[in-house]
Amino acid sequence: MPILIVSTALFFIGMFGLFTRRNMITMLMAIELMLNSVNINFVAFNKYLFPDKLNGLFFTLFIIAIAAAEAAVAIAIIINLYRSHTSIDVEDASEMKF
Amino acid sequence: MSNYSYILLIPLLPLLTFLVLGIFGRKYFKTTAGFIGSASLLASTVLSFIAAKQYFFVDGKLNGVYQKIIAFKYTWLSFSPNVSIDMGIIIDPISVMMLIVVTSVSLMVHVFSLGYMKGEERFATYYAFLSLFTFSMLGLILSVNIFQVYIFWELVGASSFLLIGYYFSKPSAVAAAKKAFIVTRFADLGFLIGILILGFYGGTLDIGLLIERLTATQSAEFINMTTASFLGASMLTWGLSLIFIGGAGKSAMFPLHIWLPDAMEGPTPVSALIHAATMVVAGVYLVARLFPIFSMDPSSLSLVTYIGAFSAFFAAVIACTQTDIKRVLAYSTMSQIGYMMFALGISKLGGEEGLGYMASLFHLFTHAFFKSLLFLGAGAVIHMVHSNEMKDMGGLRKLMPITHIAFLIACLAIAGIPPFAGFFSKEEILTAAFHSNKLIYGVALFTAALTSFYMFRLYFSIFWSKESTLQHHHGEGTWSMKLPLLILAACAVLVGFVPFSNFITSDGKALETHIDLIFSIAPVGLTLIAISIAAYLYKKENDTPSKLAAQFGILYQAAFKKFYVDELYLFITKKIIFPFIGQPIAWADKNIVDGFMLLLGKTTAKISFKIKGIQSGKVQNYTLYFFGGILILSILFIYTWK
Repeated sequence: MPILIVSTALFFIGMFGLFTRRNMITMLMAIELMLNSVNINFVAFNKYLFPDKLNGLFFTLFIIAIAAAEAAVAIAIIINLYRSHTSIDVEDASEMKF
Repeated sequence: MSNYSYILLIPLLPLLTFLVLGIFGRKYFKTTAGFIGSASLLASTVLSFIAAKQYFFVDGKLNGVYQKIIAFKYTWLSFSPNVSIDMGIIIDPISVMMLIVVTSVSLMVHVFSLGYMKGEERFATYYAFLSLFTFSMLGLILSVNIFQVYIFWELVGASSFLLIGYYFSKPSAVAAAKKAFIVTRFADLGFLIGILILGFYGGTLDIGLLIERLTATQSAEFINMTTASFLGASMLTWGLSLIFIGGAGKSAMFPLHIWLPDAMEGPTPVSALIHAATMVVAGVYLVARLFPIFSMDPSSLSLVTYIGAFSAFFAAVIACTQTDIKRVLAYSTMSQIGYMMFALGISKLGGEEGLGYMASLFHLFTHAFFKSLLFLGAGAVIHMVHSNEMKDMGGLRKLMPITHIAFLIACLAIAGIPPFAGFFSKEEILTAAFHSNKLIYGVALFTAALTSFYMFRLYFSIFWSKESTLQHHHGEGTWSMKLPLLILAACAVLVGFVPFSNFITSDGKALETHIDLIFSIAPVGLTLIAISIAAYLYKKENDTPSKLAAQFGILYQAAFKKFYVDELYLFITKKIIFPFIGQPIAWADKNIVDGFMLLLGKTTAKISFKIKGIQSGKVQNYTLYFFGGILILSILFIYTWK
C-alpha cells in the first residue's frame, strides 16, 4: 500500500521536525504535517475497507477544523511569547522548571 | 394515665437559665443573675412539688402499687431496631423523690448564695454553673435509658469540676478540680464498661426493658448472662460490679473517695449542693434504680454492702481527727453515703425483706436536708471568721444565734436523736441491718456513735469552747443567708415524720414499718454517751483532747493523715505507673508511631529530590516523554491486550 507509506513518511517527517526545530512556528508546521498524515490514513482506510460509508471522510473534516482552531490558539501563544521574551525560540523560554 | 409532660420543664428551665446567664450574664446581668437563677429554680421547685402531689396522691397508684410512667421519650440515636439511646423522662417513686430533693436543696443553695457570693467578680458565671449542674442532675434522675444516665452523669461531673475550680486563681482549687475530675472519670470507665456488658447481654439500653429481661429467671438474656463467665464470676456480676464502681466513684466510696475532701476547695454553697446532697448520692440512686437487677445477683450486692460499711466506718474515724470544718463534713458525707450503700446491699426485693432499700432512700432523703443545712451553716461561719480551721472559731453562739440553732438541729439530726429526721432513717437502716447481717449491724452501730462524737466535736469547737476573739464582724449575714438555714432546719426536724415507707419501697407496695422503742435504746444510748464525751472534751477549752491524741499516738496520726490513702495513690501513680507504664508508652509514641510517619515523609522528600531533574522546562524533552509514553502504551496494547 504505497499510500500508507506516504502517510507514515509524512508522520515521521513531522515528528523529526518537532524534535529538532527550535523555532515555534516550524514546530507548529511539523504538528500540522503529523495531523495531515493521520487524515490521509483515514481517507485511505475509508476508501478500501468501507467504500460505501463516509465515516472516515467526516472524521477528516473534523480534524481539519480542529487543526485550524489549534493553529489559531498556538499562534496566539507564540505572539504572547514573543512579546514577553522578544524571541520565538523554545530554548529561550525554559523558566517553568523545578 | 394523666398528663405529665410539664415535667419536661423542670430540667429545661435551669438549662435555659444556664444558656442565658452563660452567654449574656457577664454583660447584662452582672448583679441580677442571682435573682434570675433563683426565680427560674423556684418555678422548677413548684413544678416538682405539683408533680409529686399528682403522682403520690392522685394517680400514681394502680391497685395499691406505684407505677412506672414514661412521661416523655425521644429516640436520640438508634443503633439497631432494638438498641437505641433515648432521651426521656421516667416518673416513679424514687425519681419523684429525687426531684423534690434536688430542686428544693438547689433552691436553698441559690438563695443562700445571693448573700454568700455577693460582690464576686464572676457572680453571673457562678449562677450559670449552678444552673448547669441542676439541669444535669435533674436529667440524670429522670433518665429512662442507661446511656442517658451516663451522658448526664458526665455532665454532672463536668459541672462539678467547673464549680470546684471556681476560684481558679487558687492553685489548690485547680488541683482539687482536676483530682475530682480524674478520679471520677476513672470510675466512669468502669461504669461505661458495665453499661456495655449489660447492653450486650440484655440486648437493650432501656432501663425498664433491661430490668424486665434480667429479672426473669427464664429469659434467654438472663440465662446467657449468668452462664457466661469471666475469671470465675458471671457476666451479670461483672456488669453490675463495674456499674457499682462508677457509682462508687461519684459517691466517694473507699477507695475512690480521695477527691471528695479536696473538692471542698469550691465555694461552700457548692459543697452543700453537689458534695453533700445531690451529686454524691448519684451512686446510691444508680444502684437503687437498677436494684431489681442487683437483687438477682447476691455477690455484687455483697460487694456493695461491704464497701459501703467499710467506707462508713473508715470515713467516720478520719472525721474525728480533721481540723478543717468542711473536711469533717466531707468525711461525714462519705460516711453517711456508706450507710445508704450498705443498706441497699443488705436489702432484698419486695415486702419486708426490702426494708433496707426503703431505709436507704429514706436516709438519702433526710440526709440531703440536714447535710446541706450543715454545709450552709458552715458556710455562714466561714463567711464570718474567714477561715476553715476550727482553732480560729469558738464562742460563736452569741454572735450568730440563728446559725447556732440551725447547726445544732442539724447535728442532732445527723446524730440520730429523736425526734429529728436522722433518727427515723437511721433506725430503719439499723433495723434492716440487724435482721440480715449482725456484723454490719455492729459496724453501723459503732459508726453511729462515732458520727455523733465528731459532729458534736465540731459543734462545740465552733460555737462553745473559748470566748470569741472576733473584734470586727459584720453581723450574721443577710436574710437571704438566714432564711435557707431556717427552712432547712425546719425540714431537718420535720421530714422524719414523712410516712416514707408508704411511698417508696422496692416493689412499689406500701410497707408497714414501726419504730421499736426497745430496739432504739442501743443506738440512742450510744449516741448520747458519744455526745457527752464530746461535750466533756470540747465544751470548754482544755488540753485533754491533745493529751488523748498523744495517747493514741500512731493511730491518731494515721487517721489525721487520712490513713495515707492519698500518699498511696501518689506513690502508685508517680513511682509505678509513670515510670513503668507511662514512659514506655510515651517512648513508643514518639519513636514508633511518630517515627513511622516521619519516615514516610522523609522518603517522599528524598525521592522527589532525586527525580526533580525530569521537569527541565524544555518543550522538546516533554514531547519526547510524550511520544515515549505513547510508544510504550501501543506496545502494551498490541502485544498484551487480549
